[in-house]
Amino acid sequence: MRGGLRNKMPEQAAEVRNKNFDEVALGYLIETAIDEAERCLNCKNPRCVQGCPVNVDIPDFIQALKEKNFSEAIRILKNKNTLPAVCGRVCPQESQCEKNCILGIKGEPVAIGRLERFVADYARIKGLDTINAAKAEPKGKKVAIVGSGPSGLTAAGDLAKMGYDVTIFEALHAPGGVLMYGIPQFRLPKEIVKHEIDQLKALGVKIMPNVIIGRTFTIDELMNEEGFSAVYIGTGAGLPHFMHIEGENLNGVYSANEFLTRVNLMRAYKFPQVATPVYIGKSVAVVGAGNVAMDAARTSKRLGAEKVYIVYRRSEDEMPARKEEIEHAKEEGIELRLLNNPTKIIGDEKGWVKGMECVKMELGAPDASGRRSPVEIKGSEYVLPVDMVVMSIGQGPNPLIKATTPNLETNKRGNINADEYGQTSMPGVFAGGDIVTGAATVISAMGAGKKAAKAIDEYLSQK
Amino acid sequence: MAKILKKTNLAPQVYEFIVDAPLVAHKCKPGQFVIIRTEEESERIPLTIADFDRKQGTITMIVQAVGNTTKHLCETFNDNDEILDVVGPLGMPSHIENFGTVVCVGGGIGIAPVYPIARALKEAGNKVISIIGARNKDLIIFEDKMAAISDELIITTDDGTAGQKGFVTDPLKKMLEGGNMPGLVLAIGPVIMMKNVAETTRPYKVHTVASLNTIMVDGTGMCGGCRVKVGDDNKFACVDGPEFDAHLVDFANLVQRQQMYKGQESLEYGCGGHCKCVED
Repeated sequence: MRGGLRNKMPEQAAEVRNKNFDEVALGYLIETAIDEAERCLNCKNPRCVQGCPVNVDIPDFIQALKEKNFSEAIRILKNKNTLPAVCGRVCPQESQCEKNCILGIKGEPVAIGRLERFVADYARIKGLDTINAAKAEPKGKKVAIVGSGPSGLTAAGDLAKMGYDVTIFEALHAPGGVLMYGIPQFRLPKEIVKHEIDQLKALGVKIMPNVIIGRTFTIDELMNEEGFSAVYIGTGAGLPHFMHIEGENLNGVYSANEFLTRVNLMRAYKFPQVATPVYIGKSVAVVGAGNVAMDAARTSKRLGAEKVYIVYRRSEDEMPARKEEIEHAKEEGIELRLLNNPTKIIGDEKGWVKGMECVKMELGAPDASGRRSPVEIKGSEYVLPVDMVVMSIGQGPNPLIKATTPNLETNKRGNINADEYGQTSMPGVFAGGDIVTGAATVISAMGAGKKAAKAIDEYLSQK
Repeated sequence: MAKILKKTNLAPQVYEFIVDAPLVAHKCKPGQFVIIRTEEESERIPLTIADFDRKQGTITMIVQAVGNTTKHLCETFNDNDEILDVVGPLGMPSHIENFGTVVCVGGGIGIAPVYPIARALKEAGNKVISIIGARNKDLIIFEDKMAAISDELIITTDDGTAGQKGFVTDPLKKMLEGGNMPGLVLAIGPVIMMKNVAETTRPYKVHTVASLNTIMVDGTGMCGGCRVKVGDDNKFACVDGPEFDAHLVDFANLVQRQQMYKGQESLEYGCGGHCKCVED
């Protein structure tokens, strides 16, 4: 134990890692993990648990870790969290469990996320994590899960443990949703996602890839013709937003979704060993400042871009990305162009990007979000010389299910209306995660999946 | 996994694949497409559904060996081989109603996706006039099928080896000049052909629809790679299309966007505007 400070996460050096796709954070060694676990005070009233959207019994798993009882530690984790190896890597712990840690008042909070990751990784490597949760008697009822992202996987796992016959429908060829197509290999290795999904299959969850709900089957068909007693819609926020400025259809302009899907899901970083190509500019502007923007910027750098800019209309304080991701990006040589807003993208005679005009901004009065709203500085326009632009300004809900399910109520933005338990306007149809809330985090989507699984069980028990 | 039940060579570099895909076959409608991935390292490529048999659970895809993936599929996949992934049906189905008279224009392998739409239009009570064209006689496909569902079938070839010598727009223009205004003109083929059909019908304000084949990754609205300017809007061909009002489509932007991976890989289906079946 080192005063009030937590154990550092070993990482690949910035100048090495920005040229490869191996994981940046290397994970704690066993001694470090136990040393970090020793810092936990095992509070009687553990505030960290309240900060966790799925209420993992944090002090308990840390206690088991202290005792080197690794199978018990993973059992406790998996009891509440289907995807600990994922959450240990991508959860914003600093604003959830760790934010509430009592040690954080005078020093640094216990590195709960790193310990979660350690336990999950250790258990995977040693084969300790086969989910041996006592499965309930089969209930003889089928539940359909639409979408195999974090929300759907969580709901599926919980429902399978309760004894339901669960089938997940996935539109892409590989399950995992944003964990597969969105989050890069260097933050979340795909082998880990696959392993967590294999665990669900071992629980009896069936996964049908290449089935797009709204096209191959509609929600009504699942309920009325395919024999499902309930449906959970966890289709996420998959429709990329653009700025609607001049030049967005030039060659060399990507949505972050397309760029990341090519690289992550289709593994274009291995082109030409794999067939999917990706274009990389010498000089890249990523517009936006969320985690997805950091991922796109860091991916561009790894694929050989010499200059990579994050262009954001507010200041660093307002950047929605995790601090850790922003730091990692800066270390890797990503340049922040803060208080800059794109006004148009400029093309050459063949229709390729050759620059992006930006206007400088200053912060004015706070807006509805409580953040100071950016105001253009008149006459400050300049051209950033870039030959690739990635638009990473958020995603909306995919319209397919809405368009093919007339009785499903949605709001103005196209998000599905659901109560806090996921109940939609249709009996037996539940929804949660980004499709309901708009783009948020992996763990909040998992939390919604958990609540909905409980609500589905209650609904089906009363039927 | 989707098993290839029958592969047939229809024309030089053009193959018909009848594939076992019951989930797609039970649901697909004219105008829709699938995305396939031949094996683990392969791309996802969109292919139009040229026919389907709900009873047998099969769909028909017509593939021209032009890009790496289509060449690989045409050259190495045979009867009983399995295609790793087939997902669909994707895209909005064609709008089918009784327009009175319709003209269905197909160029090159674009003739194949015209077929199920023309058939549905015929079944809806339309008088169907079909115009199919290609560079030469050998490249005309689906002639018998088109003849069977058309009230009138006009064939054009660039070199005159079959039908009339000239482009598909020639007989269309003649028809319009003669004062015969169809309720709908449908055009599927190389971009330049669709553009020319749009320009031919524009002065007569005849409702004209083109089915666009854009670059795509997922085909479900997720990547936006298929975006195309239609009037003042940016549309996604995969979920808003693939059919759009041809008088509103920015074909120049479409051609430009199809060049994105030229040199790396061609993602276009068919001749994608580079072939010689129809030229300015």
